[in-house]
Amino acid sequence: MMHTIEEINALLAEVKPGLAPAPDEELVKTGLLDSVDIMSLVMALAEEFDLEVTPLDLKEENFHTVTAILALANRLEEE
Amino acid sequence: MKHLLELLEQTAARTPGAAAYCDEEISYTWAQTLQGAQAIGTALAARGATGQAVALCLGQTAGCVLAMLGTLAAGGFYTVLDTAQPPERVGRILEQLTPAVLLADATHWDAANALAAAMPQPPVVLALEQALGTVPDLAALAAVRAAALDTDLAYVLFTSGSTGAPKGVAVPHRSVLAYSAWAAQTFGFGPDTVLGNQTPLYFSMSVTDVYGALRTGACVQLIPRRLFSFPVQLLDYLTARGVNTIYWVPSAMGIVANWRALDYTAAPPLRTILFAGEVMPTAKLNYWRAHYPDAVFANLYGPTETTDICAYYVVDRVFADDEPLPIGRACDNCGLLVLRDGKQVPMGQEGELCARGSFLAAGYYNMPDKTAERFCQNPAQPHYPEIIYRTGDLVRYNAAGELLYCGRIDHQIKHMGYRIEPGEVETAAYGQDKLESCACLYETEKDRLVLFFQAKKDVTEALRLRLAQRLPAYMRPAAYCRLKRMPQNANGKVDRGALKKLLPEVQ
Repeated sequence: MMHTIEEINALLAEVKPGLAPAPDEELVKTGLLDSVDIMSLVMALAEEFDLEVTPLDLKEENFHTVTAILALANRLEEE
Repeated sequence: MKHLLELLEQTAARTPGAAAYCDEEISYTWAQTLQGAQAIGTALAARGATGQAVALCLGQTAGCVLAMLGTLAAGGFYTVLDTAQPPERVGRILEQLTPAVLLADATHWDAANALAAAMPQPPVVLALEQALGTVPDLAALAAVRAAALDTDLAYVLFTSGSTGAPKGVAVPHRSVLAYSAWAAQTFGFGPDTVLGNQTPLYFSMSVTDVYGALRTGACVQLIPRRLFSFPVQLLDYLTARGVNTIYWVPSAMGIVANWRALDYTAAPPLRTILFAGEVMPTAKLNYWRAHYPDAVFANLYGPTETTDICAYYVVDRVFADDEPLPIGRACDNCGLLVLRDGKQVPMGQEGELCARGSFLAAGYYNMPDKTAERFCQNPAQPHYPEIIYRTGDLVRYNAAGELLYCGRIDHQIKHMGYRIEPGEVETAAYGQDKLESCACLYETEKDRLVLFFQAKKDVTEALRLRLAQRLPAYMRPAAYCRLKRMPQNANGKVDRGALKKLLPEVQ
């Protein structure tokens, strides 16, 4: 089953209440997501989607936009 | 030697073309660093900064280091502002500091002007780019230097204060000269050293990076903060920049260990690995040691009030994962005393660690009462005036003559490398409508701040919002717990011992 933008947005809103970025809005360089937020997001992906993010997946390009996070979630789902 | 810029002048004469301070975007050589400091110094001196405070509203960039050195060239002293902090707290820092000039880059230009405009006597706001483009007036700078003393301040660094007001630790040139001589000598910094800086320039640990390099011609690579979210990319960045020496807070080293990142990419060419700022979990250290069997590892200890460090331990034996590391022994040219009730305790007993010597700060800026509390006459030496700094930390010596850290005397918290007075968090919470009482505690097991409160209704969300507007991220509680009644001790004070017992039950 593929994930959706809405699901990722819901995870982000849990991790950081009030955060509602556009799909391609930069999240990392702008500081919208700091290291604590990203660790919380990784935990949320594990708990709610049952996806394991490996150290090699934990890269800036996989987390810098909602679209990128969605692509990562869908790739991990297929693996 | 009386002035920190003498170190810069010597280094720039020795290795003018070598890399000095570098960030992701830009690399300054020593010659460019000297020229930049002179240009900024000329611009600042022309705006009345000599003998005055200069506030730096800049990012974690090589340009910020040039602004720090430029302030010294002008005969002023700097405060690097944490630009991510809520404007209200930055405003309180500026009120205490009353800077003559606020130096800002393009990114922080609007914020700096808003901060300046909110002050009773607004400082001049100067653009970093404009200052860097100033033609150096070497005669004017030489005149400033001729009148300088080694007891003049180099910077004021703000830490958390118990009354709600941040405390500005005022550090003179002499302290940084003495401290950096120890650091550079002890860890063999030289022209081939490349320091991978992790700690913010408004944090005392960065003094070792900036001035250790200034003294020896080492290079400082300022690591982009966001890479500390991505441990494998972080290690690859160190390799790409040739970093061979790091001095990080244990939390940052813990990110690499937690993700076992050294198992997933080539290990950077590190030979010296230093850490300070909080207790290093030994299990995390052991992960690093397994990957760097030949590197020098050292546990450094010290408060901002001793410039950065007053004691250190070079790791020289195997430690079990649950065995704490010693903080070791006094740095060369720094004296340590273990006191209780004004007397040195017998060997092996716990007492308050106190420091003396040239590493000591001058005191707290514009806070004579706070200064008198912590900087006092050495009670073990009544014959002539000699100031010691009381750290408020409990220590004891082990059988090997190494100092062991035993916790805080008061309730001050160390979290993510920052010192936090629970009082400052509580003060920020008070004022919340319906809040009756509150107490902030630190839960060691979960490494988080917990705010207990008593209130007529559940104000958790209101408190979360309130504190987000008033406190930097590292000072915000991670959990809130509403109690029907706050436990009290016999004196009617909040019973922190009783609250501590509740911590494991807080969600």
